[in-house]
Amino acid sequence: MSKTVIKVENLFKEYHLGNIGYGTLREDLSTWWAKVRGKEDPNSLIGHTKTITNKILESHFLALNDVSFEIKEGEAVGIVGKNGAGKSTLLKLLSRITYPTSGSIKVRGRISSLLEVGTGFHPELTGRENIYLNGAILGMKKYEIDKKIDEIIDFSGIEKFIDTPVKRYSSGMYVRLAFAVAAHLESDILILDEVLAVGDAEFQKKCLGKMDDVTRNQGRTILFVSHNMSAVQNLCSKGILLEKGAIQTQGSIDEIFETYNLNTHHQQCIKLDERIDRTGNGQLKFTNIQLINANNQIINSVLPNEKITIRVHFRINKVININNVKINICIDNFYGARIAVISTDNDVNFTTNFNNDFISRGYIDFTFPKINIIPGNYTIVLYSTVNNELSDWIKNDALTFSINEFDYYESGKTSANGHGYIFLDYKIK
Amino acid sequence: MDNDEKWDLIIKPAGSLNFNLKELLHYKFLMYLFVKRDFVTYYKQTILGPLWYIIQPLLTTLVFTVIFGNIAKIPTDGIPTTVFYLIGITFWGLFSESMSSTSNIFVTNAQIFGKVYFPRLTVPIARITSNYIKFFIQLVLFFGFYFYFLFFTQYMKPNLYLLFVPLICIQFSIIAFGIGIIISSLTTKYRDLQFVVTFGVQLWMYATPVIYPLSNIPSKWLWVFIINPIAYPMELLKYAFTGQGIVNFTYLGISFGTSILLLIVGLFNFNKVEKDFMDRV
Repeated sequence: MSKTVIKVENLFKEYHLGNIGYGTLREDLSTWWAKVRGKEDPNSLIGHTKTITNKILESHFLALNDVSFEIKEGEAVGIVGKNGAGKSTLLKLLSRITYPTSGSIKVRGRISSLLEVGTGFHPELTGRENIYLNGAILGMKKYEIDKKIDEIIDFSGIEKFIDTPVKRYSSGMYVRLAFAVAAHLESDILILDEVLAVGDAEFQKKCLGKMDDVTRNQGRTILFVSHNMSAVQNLCSKGILLEKGAIQTQGSIDEIFETYNLNTHHQQCIKLDERIDRTGNGQLKFTNIQLINANNQIINSVLPNEKITIRVHFRINKVININNVKINICIDNFYGARIAVISTDNDVNFTTNFNNDFISRGYIDFTFPKINIIPGNYTIVLYSTVNNELSDWIKNDALTFSINEFDYYESGKTSANGHGYIFLDYKIK
Repeated sequence: MDNDEKWDLIIKPAGSLNFNLKELLHYKFLMYLFVKRDFVTYYKQTILGPLWYIIQPLLTTLVFTVIFGNIAKIPTDGIPTTVFYLIGITFWGLFSESMSSTSNIFVTNAQIFGKVYFPRLTVPIARITSNYIKFFIQLVLFFGFYFYFLFFTQYMKPNLYLLFVPLICIQFSIIAFGIGIIISSLTTKYRDLQFVVTFGVQLWMYATPVIYPLSNIPSKWLWVFIINPIAYPMELLKYAFTGQGIVNFTYLGISFGTSILLLIVGLFNFNKVEKDFMDRV
């Protein structure tokens, strides 16, 4: 049996919402005064034996709520969850950016985390100098960097410019150099954020490959935090699914993937109007969203070449001017990648084409002559502002729909896996 | 097999104090790089390069000589004004620059602190060290003038108190470090204090015998200089180089005690704040 390298026990993290100002000073003083008298903190959600007042509930928020898990040596574990599930908070605690409100994390071996590549790069310093600086910030010692410097430079593929200040680099070169240092980081436990989702795909693959290599051959433990399910599935064998600050499931990565998808489906059954996982002042509130085909039928799956309409229903809580309304529809694929954003802002005639009757009508139609996206499952995020203030934002799965397999190019074949995101119309001469 | 006792790292809520000297040493190469970065980037793309470190005190001395020496005619205990001001400016510079550069650690480094962990103390330590490099360059200028006056005039009477000079430099750094990290810690949540620092440093200089000798102060104001931990050490410096000034070991003792206290309070404060300041910055 391999040994446990990370043990997380009853982890809580509480955040204070709102602005810092005079009010927080008063709260700080009352907290301090309670501490002096040996009483409970009147401004915390944790450890209360008495009832919690509404005021505290409103202004405090538990980003992590009693999280416990163990990770064994050599495992590659993916931590997944939707926006706001607590992934980033957990990541910050594991990387010691900030500390838990209560509970503990115990670690065996050297731990390092990559929340960003190229942290601490100074534009005036040369590539070589920045390798040393960045390496040292990530916790490498001088001899370790000395030993690897040639390999890092080689890996980055920018030998020619290595003694030029990085401010003269193109952004691509900059990222390659930063990645090269990161890929050569030596530690027993490596915590990775979605940072790997930037940079050019080719080079990204090279880095992921390098890290995968290390995990398999040297028994390094990897924690990968992401909402990009495909990347997690590639790299990890186990997973932890977070929801609303708590662990919902943990187990093999396939199990996690199934639960994740199932959750998404459940959410769908709740009417949009009654959903509470939304933010905004509610001046304009989304009440329903429908996918409608050319025959005016409400559907849930379409073909890539079909004419469809996305109909968004909403309710206005106060009389507003149509000029100041913006509604966005974002289409994401199931791996979390954003495929497209459609906005009323893109239509310069939006306000002239739709007079105030549109508001009393209560819905808006976005019509696509062809949707042109490759087959798969998709989810829609709804976003709206009134007078430039956020009025409603449903971050997850306002609607999920699928695009069915289809011979788009009439070639007798359906689209192959891994052939991008969209269909382009083209001719060969 | 699992042994619950043997963990390399335990992350617990903030509030528990732990000074991890071993960890700090692990990062000594990083501190060296920070110092190098500060120094190298300071004069990148300038023609005069490190000479800028010298031009600054030189011009200040010139201005002081004209304004305080020639126009206001503030006495300098009979010491030539140039040397008198240059001693004050060079050593005061070490203190004030060290303090200002350590007084905004958290706010100016929030970007990098928010992305990676390394002992936060490495930053103020590196800053203090960088200031020494600058200080040593300025000492060259100071000694240039000093030796001229030593060999060609009768005013300079150096004495054995010169042995205290390195100690006083260290003391200045300790005070600067202590106050700097206290301000750093306090400004993470309430930014008010950072506005005070700029003019506070200036006011402080006027409450320190930099441009005037202590002998010029009426006795009813002496308490200001007793509670100011920089004042008597500064006067000792002047005495050591010129043979003119007041040396009082009781007040020097008080000043030394205050320095140590500031250091301890600073370290405790810093240790507490570094753990969760990211939530507040």
